[in-house]
Amino acid sequence: MEMTLLEAIRAGLDEAMAADERVFIFGEDVGKRGGVFRVTEGLADKYGEARVMDSPLAESIIVGASIGAACYGLRPVAEIQFADFIWPATNQIVSEAARMRYRSNGVWGCPMVIRAPYGGGIHGALYHSQSIEAFFAHVPGLKVVAPSTPYDAKALIKAAIADPDPVLFLEHKKAYRLIKGEVPEEAYEVPIGKAEVKRAGSDLTIITFGLMLHYALEAAEKLASSAGLQAEVVDLRTIRPLDTATILQSVRKTGKALIIHEDGLTGGIGGEIAALVAEHAFEYLDGPVMRLAGPDIPAMPFAASLEHEYLLSVDDILDKLQAIAAY
Amino acid sequence: MIVKALPVSEQATVLSSDDLRKMFEFMLLARLLDERQWVVNRQGKAPFVISCQGHEAAQVGSAYALQAGKDWVLPYYRGLGVVLTLGMSPEDVMLGVFARATDPASGGRQMPAHYSSRPLNIISQSSPTGTQVAHAAGVGLAIHIRNSIAREIVDDAIAWVSFGEGTSSQGDVHEAMNLAGTHKLPVLFCCENNSYAISVPQHKQMGVQDVASRAAGYGFPGVVVDGTDPIACYEATKTAVERARRGDGPTLLEFKCQRLTPHSSDDNDRSYRSTEELKEMRLHDPLHRYTKYLKDEGILTDVDEQALRARIKDQVDAATKAAEAAAVPDPATVLRHVFAETND
Ligand SMILES: Cc1ncc(C[n+]2csc(CCOP(=O)(O)OP(=O)(O)O)c2C)c(N)n1
Ligand SMILES: [Mg+2]
Repeated sequence: MEMTLLEAIRAGLDEAMAADERVFIFGEDVGKRGGVFRVTEGLADKYGEARVMDSPLAESIIVGASIGAACYGLRPVAEIQFADFIWPATNQIVSEAARMRYRSNGVWGCPMVIRAPYGGGIHGALYHSQSIEAFFAHVPGLKVVAPSTPYDAKALIKAAIADPDPVLFLEHKKAYRLIKGEVPEEAYEVPIGKAEVKRAGSDLTIITFGLMLHYALEAAEKLASSAGLQAEVVDLRTIRPLDTATILQSVRKTGKALIIHEDGLTGGIGGEIAALVAEHAFEYLDGPVMRLAGPDIPAMPFAASLEHEYLLSVDDILDKLQAIAAY
Repeated sequence: MIVKALPVSEQATVLSSDDLRKMFEFMLLARLLDERQWVVNRQGKAPFVISCQGHEAAQVGSAYALQAGKDWVLPYYRGLGVVLTLGMSPEDVMLGVFARATDPASGGRQMPAHYSSRPLNIISQSSPTGTQVAHAAGVGLAIHIRNSIAREIVDDAIAWVSFGEGTSSQGDVHEAMNLAGTHKLPVLFCCENNSYAISVPQHKQMGVQDVASRAAGYGFPGVVVDGTDPIACYEATKTAVERARRGDGPTLLEFKCQRLTPHSSDDNDRSYRSTEELKEMRLHDPLHRYTKYLKDEGILTDVDEQALRARIKDQVDAATKAAEAAAVPDPATVLRHVFAETND
């Protein structure tokens, strides 16, 4: 069945709630309204407002109360309305959820999901466009998942809910309705922590995720038709823990690596991946490891011309691919 | 809706003489075990100690109204009296002080007094002040959700959380009380007000006399209790527990007490409390007050007290010895329990 990314996430939530009465959703406007992006639409009617609960407008308690509920034995799915507004909850995520297991020597744990719509290209300006993965990928004890396709999204939200540890689940806002794909009716699984080669190729490797995955696939096709070169495209799917095996296997095969993310360059996840490649695949490299990322400015501006300038395009990626191929 | 709890002499208590003596035992145990921690700190055997001294009446009295293993308890770092009353042993506590592998709270990973016990429903505590108050609201929310799904009270447990008056300035405390008030969650917010946050006195912390007065802004009762009177603390808590179990919602209890020690073993309170103040403070020692009360009432004799002190001293000696002799954590375990292991 064809679904949008958004519908696939909703379908995954629905199945998880049907299967397990401990699962509940807690966030701003998630109830009657079904969330400002409508991801939880219909779920309050189906499961009742106690299990699809509007929270007060306060992010720290959305996460903090979810932690308490998880310790009690429920399976909270917290929604942060926009990833940009997650910062008041940072202490609860980093100091509490991510450390509960370590600090109690394995006695307590926080099986909970924090869903956060992220990313730009929707005229959201500085405070409705941000990518936040780099901040949270630094935190041991927290898993960070960012699916790019409906197929992966449905299975990964279910895997996140079933996971015994806290998972930050990032959903690209522009991809929500733009990206459609086949989702099987029958049950299937996608594990957290596994990247996937979304396009096979032997000339160079692109490592990316989210909306940029789709741009990268387009650029790879253009490169194939214009230059006859085959780019392999690795979709990370999970940002932490990184699937280093899949990344290194591809780079060892192609000898060239380009890492792409929408988030700003400096301190981005691309730096970590570049370091891994340099450390573990140095002798296979046939050129410098390259990064293509957002500019190092505070956040994405509003005016269409400025927003457009901030975001990477298929052509930006194609240019970079040609430069790397020519090296 | 701010209520002043009556002093014990003016109210009836359901507590039997037996209960009153048990509470005394827990208070004395908390005091003697606390004092022992300072000794091992000064001997250079424990790098950090933080005290419950002066808070024993509030902690033992309040925890005595809870059901251990059923209710959910989130005691802040001063809560030695709470965890002992609930059933943690002196050895459990000393294993944490010495950071031993078998420390039940954290296996020596956290500083002492960051309590945790799965069988006692004591949720693991951290150091950032006030985060636990949000977790307590979350436990209350979970109970509320379960009961809503069942359309009846299938779990009448409550969440009990403590914090200092300085911590009441944290946003998490506000967010938690707001959530609890909104859905009438079964949560007891217990503020142990010793009028200092390290060196900062209450008048530099807030513009109100009573933290309890804030409860009105969240739609539930706030009660000021004499936190040096264990019976008053028990009675106020019991009333709040019954209210929460019935589904009538949270209560904010404020126990006024004194911090009889510096903030921690790393603090020197003579740099911000005058000699007169330090002397005056001693008059509010809850243990002295309660001892006198029990003797006046004929519930405790001098002989009883001496025998009890000797017995508790033996207990503390044994706990200290056993904990000190216990194995330190194996360095090879430092990487474990970041995520669930297959046998978790
Ligand atoms: C978020 C945070 N800020 C600062 C500290 C350092 N700190 C530890 S205890 C404390 C004072 C707390 O005072 P209060 O809440 O009144 O509790 P009391 O120690 O008096 O019982 C401070 C500032 C901390 N642990 N966490
Ligand atoms: Mg204080």
